[in-house]
Amino acid sequence: MADVNRGNRPLSPHLQVYRLPIAAITSIMTRITGHALVAGIVLITWWLVAAVTSPGAFACADWVMRSWLGFIILTGSMWSLWYHLLAGLRHLAYDAGYGLEIEEARKSSQALIAGSVVLAVLTLIIFFAF
Amino acid sequence: MRYITPRKAAEGLGSAHEGTQHHWAMTVSAVALTVLTPLFMIVVARAIGLSQEQLLAYFGRPFPALITALFVIVGMVHFIKGTRIMIDDYFQGGVRKAAIIFSVIFGWAVIAAAVYALARMGLGAIVVL
Repeated sequence: MADVNRGNRPLSPHLQVYRLPIAAITSIMTRITGHALVAGIVLITWWLVAAVTSPGAFACADWVMRSWLGFIILTGSMWSLWYHLLAGLRHLAYDAGYGLEIEEARKSSQALIAGSVVLAVLTLIIFFAF
Repeated sequence: MRYITPRKAAEGLGSAHEGTQHHWAMTVSAVALTVLTPLFMIVVARAIGLSQEQLLAYFGRPFPALITALFVIVGMVHFIKGTRIMIDDYFQGGVRKAAIIFSVIFGWAVIAAAVYALARMGLGAIVVL
């Protein structure tokens, strides 16, 4: 162990002071959106179970679904679903060996953010128009 | 010279000595969810705002019920396997074990609750007939 190089090795970034490249931000956002989706699926499942429980239980769950809190959770979940879906498609491309160059990853990251926002806005427009 | 295939030389490498099955399961569920996710959004969007009676009838129909059941089952299995990676990355020892147990139980509880509600709605429609 005497000749082990202890001073000159690449270190993992110190996250508090390291400015993350956009590809790193979109990568960690994939994990965050995936886990945040718990809120939406719990709300919708509660709503479905309440509907087969009693009128009182349904009134309570349906009130939350239609409240501002429900709107924030459902709209946030809808954007998270689009983001996570697009990020998943990119991951499938990565697995197949495409888009792994730094410049390509930077461009796909921008497309990921823009695409998820566009799809979320379109979904909201379609939802309120029909 | 050793007569050994590239596969044999690569198998079991890495600190966990496994993981291909996990990665493949995530790939399969991811592909399924790219189709199920937009369909599920449509199903839920059309259901928001319905009265309780209308909601029971809506999810008593095959398409909304099947899409919802598939999305929740495939989605939560994808969730359980996805949180496992997150837990393995950030937690050690007893906390890791507790988090994995909680994640698996939570995922299956959501699946059971949603499937139960859908079954009640579907059977309710048959009883009314």
